[in-house]
Amino acid sequence: MNGPRAATWLLWAGPAFVLAWVLGFLLTPEVRGLAEPQDFAGLAGLAALAAIAWCAWRALDRRGLLTVFDEARHRAPAQFGLSVLLCAAVFPLILAQLGKYYWIHVGALSLIYVILAVGLNLVVGFAGLLVIGFAAFYGIGAYAAAIVTTEVGDLPHMIWLLIPAAAVLSAAFGVLLGVPTLRLRGDYLAIVTLGFGEITRIVFTNWDTLTRGPRGISGVGSFQIGGWNLMHPLDVGPLRLDGDTQYYYLILAAALLGVFLAHRLNHSRIGRAWVAMREDELAARSFGIDVARCKILAFAIGAAYAGVAGVFFGSLQGFVDPTSFSFLESVLILSMVVLGGMGSLSGSVVAAVLLVILPEKLQMLRDYRMLIFGLLMILLMIVRPQGLIPSRRRMLELGSRPG
Amino acid sequence: MYALVALGYTLVYGIIELINFAHGEIVTFGAFVGLAVLAALAGTPLSAAATALPAAFLVSMAVTALLGVTLERFAYRPLRGADRLMALISALGASIFLMNAMMLAIGRDSKPFPAYLSEPVLQRGDLVVRQLDLFLIGLTILLCALLDLFVRRTRIGRAMRSVAQDQEAARMCGVSVNATVSITFVLGSAMGAAAGILNGLYYGVIRFDMGFLLGIKAFTAAVLGGIGNLRGAVVGGFVLGISESLIPAILAAPPFSVPEIFDYKDAVAFGILILVLMVKPSGILGEEVPEKA
Repeated sequence: MNGPRAATWLLWAGPAFVLAWVLGFLLTPEVRGLAEPQDFAGLAGLAALAAIAWCAWRALDRRGLLTVFDEARHRAPAQFGLSVLLCAAVFPLILAQLGKYYWIHVGALSLIYVILAVGLNLVVGFAGLLVIGFAAFYGIGAYAAAIVTTEVGDLPHMIWLLIPAAAVLSAAFGVLLGVPTLRLRGDYLAIVTLGFGEITRIVFTNWDTLTRGPRGISGVGSFQIGGWNLMHPLDVGPLRLDGDTQYYYLILAAALLGVFLAHRLNHSRIGRAWVAMREDELAARSFGIDVARCKILAFAIGAAYAGVAGVFFGSLQGFVDPTSFSFLESVLILSMVVLGGMGSLSGSVVAAVLLVILPEKLQMLRDYRMLIFGLLMILLMIVRPQGLIPSRRRMLELGSRPG
Repeated sequence: MYALVALGYTLVYGIIELINFAHGEIVTFGAFVGLAVLAALAGTPLSAAATALPAAFLVSMAVTALLGVTLERFAYRPLRGADRLMALISALGASIFLMNAMMLAIGRDSKPFPAYLSEPVLQRGDLVVRQLDLFLIGLTILLCALLDLFVRRTRIGRAMRSVAQDQEAARMCGVSVNATVSITFVLGSAMGAAAGILNGLYYGVIRFDMGFLLGIKAFTAAVLGGIGNLRGAVVGGFVLGISESLIPAILAAPPFSVPEIFDYKDAVAFGILILVLMVKPSGILGEEVPEKA
């Protein structure tokens, strides 16, 4: 560290000290009650953890392990994809052997988030439309499943029909939101979608007769094949598959289909139109791209993904309530997209799995979880804005070296 | 009060075109610092409204301004010139970070805010005007006017406006962009702190997550008035505050008679926001902003 740099840091130590002092003041008994000593122990542990994570990250980056990984992916995409798929397929079986059923549930959840993140990536990453209220569409799908299966009665195969129904319903809301916001610039759009998300949540909370308000709806129907309910344990030879495991495979299939469709879409005429529109709306228009149609299509398709994810979520949990579709949920999905890399499908998949499993692993930090989460969001934007697995096309466009 | 919070947004947005999502948390922080000062002064000879309130406002505004600058330095400055989306997400992160930091420091439950100036000045049937209400409106107008003067009349204000128009050109003319942006955050955060304390005085309780809704509504107010426009933010704040209490009241009374509307009170603000953006994206007092490539 050279002279002037050190001076800058010293300059910042002053305000930081005052702020720390004020925070300490806020911790005084009159305001807070009692400051528990283990809180500070927790903080120290946290700092150590952060330091270790930082070193590990540097090591990975220096040795270029991520790059090696990336190259393997591009040299032999088919084999790579297959091996990833194999891992995903075997994962619950191993966990079941170990008796860690809870983690299978977490795995199924993370697959739902894969669908969500891929859907949002289509809107934000490809089409460049910043949507912050994405959880609204997720909620619409989940509530649709919950309301129909509890009110109409749980007919054996109805929930399969609900998947396309929820997709269409969410897409309709997507269009409803998309049409009036066509003219809006990036951050205005962000705020309007945020407002839309909040309105949706308020409606979920207050429309007692339909959504049972804050108490939520329990007894959401489960998926059935023939006479078989997927929530019931199933014995396959020596293996016993419980409900979560079967759901895991069901959602895995859906997520695969979702990623595949998104991939095809990406390389289709529409996908290219989206990217063109994202880079320069005016230029795209002059090339004959119907910008309005493209935007609405992005909204509709993204929303449909979320709607489908919602149905799976409702059915997996068997219970929906407004807190599952809060602003924080939208932020979580958005940060998956950003963490993985905008416009990068594989990035979204990795980030979705990571962001579901990581908080679970961080259970021990309890209240500090969200604190770290916020901090990580800032750091990530500063350190690696292109995401964990940057989109190849996007990197080429930006003129930097592909990995 | 929305006007004050909206000012903070509009100031920052006007200068660096960033929606400071963490502004709501800055407001909350200001409220808690104010509460801490009032709690510290309680029982001392200085606890009278005439001395305690100014002290709370001054200390809170100063400390909160510091927080605002620190936030800018660490979360936003490294991202200046990067994709706007990156800064926006960083701002979201900052908001989550601050909200949870306050939750850890203060706890999840609401804290009572000491009552000041609660004597009625005017009472006619159901209508009660407290000293506090007058104080609130008066202080809001005063601070808005001061800020307006500052931005329009002083050298620093001129620097702020020049940075807002064109950072490169401003730099060439010898304006320190970093310093100017920092000052913007100082002013915005100080306004936020004042709004936070007023909020605490008005409602009597403060909570770690009160800034979120307040922040979004204030942003609505800022957009309503034309974002980046100080006078517009004030107008937007008043319009939003009035319509938020009037519209549900009107809809609940005949001829509409839907009393359930009060449950959806918060949705009204967002409804207004979406309507305004659809009809006139530049806001009530906003000038047309050409789309930037």
